[in-house]
Amino acid sequence: MFELVFFSLLNGIVTGLLLFMLASGLTLIFSMMGVLNFAHASFYMLGAYFAYTISAYLGFWVGLIVAPVIVGLLGALVERYGLRYVHRWGHVAELIFTFGLAFLIEEIVQFIWGKSTMAYHEPEILQFPLFTIYGQNFPAYKAFMLLISIAIFIMLLLILTRSRIGLIIQAAIHKPNMTAMLGHNVPLVFMGVFGVGCALAGLAGVIAGPALGTFPGMAVVLGAIVFVIVVVGGLGSLTGAFVASLIIGLMQTFAISLDYSVNDLMSVLNISFDADGALRDLWSLSLPQVAPILPYLLLVLILIFRPTGLFGNRET
Amino acid sequence: MSEITKTSAATVQASSLKRFGPWIGFLILLMVMPFIFTSNSAIFTMNLMGIFIIFALSYNMLLGQGGMLSFGHAVYFGLGGFMSVHFMNYIEDGSFVFPMWLLPIFGGLIGLVFAIIIGSFSTRRAGTVFAMISLGVGELMAASSLIFVAFFGGEEGVSGDRTMGPTLFGADFGPDKEVYYLIAAWVFVTVVLMYLFSRTPAGRLANAVRDNAERAEFIGYSQRKVRFVSFCASGLFAGIAGGLFAVNFEIVTEENLNALTSGTVLLMAYIGGVGFFIGPIVGAVVFTLLQSILSHYTDIWQMYVGVMFVLTVMFVPQGLTGIMMMHTPAYRMKRLGGLTVPYLRLGIPAISMVAGIAGFLEMMHHVRGAAQGESTMSLIGIEFDTHSVMPWVIVAVLGIVGGYLMRSQAGQLKDAWETANDPTAGKKEASS
Repeated sequence: MFELVFFSLLNGIVTGLLLFMLASGLTLIFSMMGVLNFAHASFYMLGAYFAYTISAYLGFWVGLIVAPVIVGLLGALVERYGLRYVHRWGHVAELIFTFGLAFLIEEIVQFIWGKSTMAYHEPEILQFPLFTIYGQNFPAYKAFMLLISIAIFIMLLLILTRSRIGLIIQAAIHKPNMTAMLGHNVPLVFMGVFGVGCALAGLAGVIAGPALGTFPGMAVVLGAIVFVIVVVGGLGSLTGAFVASLIIGLMQTFAISLDYSVNDLMSVLNISFDADGALRDLWSLSLPQVAPILPYLLLVLILIFRPTGLFGNRET
Repeated sequence: MSEITKTSAATVQASSLKRFGPWIGFLILLMVMPFIFTSNSAIFTMNLMGIFIIFALSYNMLLGQGGMLSFGHAVYFGLGGFMSVHFMNYIEDGSFVFPMWLLPIFGGLIGLVFAIIIGSFSTRRAGTVFAMISLGVGELMAASSLIFVAFFGGEEGVSGDRTMGPTLFGADFGPDKEVYYLIAAWVFVTVVLMYLFSRTPAGRLANAVRDNAERAEFIGYSQRKVRFVSFCASGLFAGIAGGLFAVNFEIVTEENLNALTSGTVLLMAYIGGVGFFIGPIVGAVVFTLLQSILSHYTDIWQMYVGVMFVLTVMFVPQGLTGIMMMHTPAYRMKRLGGLTVPYLRLGIPAISMVAGIAGFLEMMHHVRGAAQGESTMSLIGIEFDTHSVMPWVIVAVLGIVGGYLMRSQAGQLKDAWETANDPTAGKKEASS
């Protein structure tokens, strides 16, 4: 039992921190521009694909540095020439624009790289088990993912709270007009934050590509979950995004590894049901089965009972 | 006195013609369509079009008329479909006698029931909260549809047989053409109902709440209740569309209630134009045509649709219908003729540019996807070798020259457009 909990905990934290890399950019972008960027996970996918192509020629480590930069530049371009233009039509148009962009990026990725999964692997230096407990290996690559995520988290925290740029960003989030009056170029700050947010998503894609697979559906798989995190954590709250990422990451790994079903619960309570009614699926429902719907259930419940999210201080 | 009554009677007559004319025209169009396009594939496409018209219109009750952006509208469509296909199976078993042509009613009812349940908490706010709840509910339903196999049939879905049950005038809805008339009848009835709904106080209030919720509250209307009514009506019609889908295809799968279908309906409504009642109809027709024609000729049609969607959102947020409606003032002043030549001068280079770009993409796609050693491909009936230089030069010239000419001609269209829409332009000419 301990081994199960230990590994689920580790895997949950790895997943959670990976999700946080996506969610942090998304929540910053949202709190600045009031736009939920549907295409955010698409930039994550682009990161993985760019890194795959670069690693085929120059190796993994070059891809790790270069791919996020390219994705960040692309993101900045999208903000400058797409989103800022659409802004004049209002928030709904912006939301629909990012939605269309997500659709388009998926099609473009399929056009360039095809529909099959890419053979994008971790570098050979990291292909060894880091340690073995109870006969189960913990791969070094996962530890590497963990390290990168933590480093990014600390860096982000320091930049936002300790540096001048972070100060301007925080000011631009709360009072964009006042910040502009003080002589700061707020549109440039917006573009920069959008670009950096996309670059973070790209970096998440680069390190998640080998572990979770590089295929055209990878944006859809993660995209909705990242939304859940941002809303559950509270829109615009970085702490909230961090906590929610860990909650979702742990929830998913534990739900998959703990194989309990409604039947077990019923037998504990000494209740039995016939095995074939219209509701038979309900009684045989098990935790791994409902794992994919748990985040959405959490999202709907949070939106109903606490629209500000866990740590948010304003409604959506 | 008698003169006044005469003129008012004449205006009443004229206005009633104006009022009912389009509807009678619509009805006649629906009736004669299968005689104009008789092939099986055309009937198939028109059936799909009819279903999507209802679905897109029901979506626009939310987005266009109520200001609620939904990312999970396929839930009501899909549930309506599943319910109808289950009732179809009950009819087939003989456990339940019911005419097949009324089946979409059950679809509509389940759509309504779920809209009442979900709308009771999701319509509290519009904007991003509503969008997020709809997304969450949509994902929740799509994920549960794979878990609850008894109702949703798992991956392979639920299928039925539409030819059972009491017949209508001897029609058992075996052939697609009979289904066409069934769908056409439902389209006509639901379109009339949805139009009438937009004219009721509830429909008008939905517009008011969309434009300024706070002000509507001050007049004394609860924005939540107003949204709730629109939401329920929208769910009802989406369910009917789902029921028709079940009758037409005799199979409903998980795909019909997932995010892809929700995205498709948003795309249709937006490309058509959400600000107009007929916008979603135009969008549904154009989208279905694109889907059936483009997918016939190219593998990458979804990319074209995606590009078109993004360009629509960026440059013509009022949609295709909006572009058409922009010409009304010029049409009223009888100046549309003056725009023909400028349009042609811009349009021909634009077509050339699009052809160049599309040709380039198609050739790229062919080079990447073709088997080793195979290098001939055919575009619009012309066969050529993709590994030779000439075709690439041709598409490059088409694209670049077209793009250059288009840029240089944009100015003259703008001038012509301003003259055509300037109410004083005609007078100036006359006085000078």
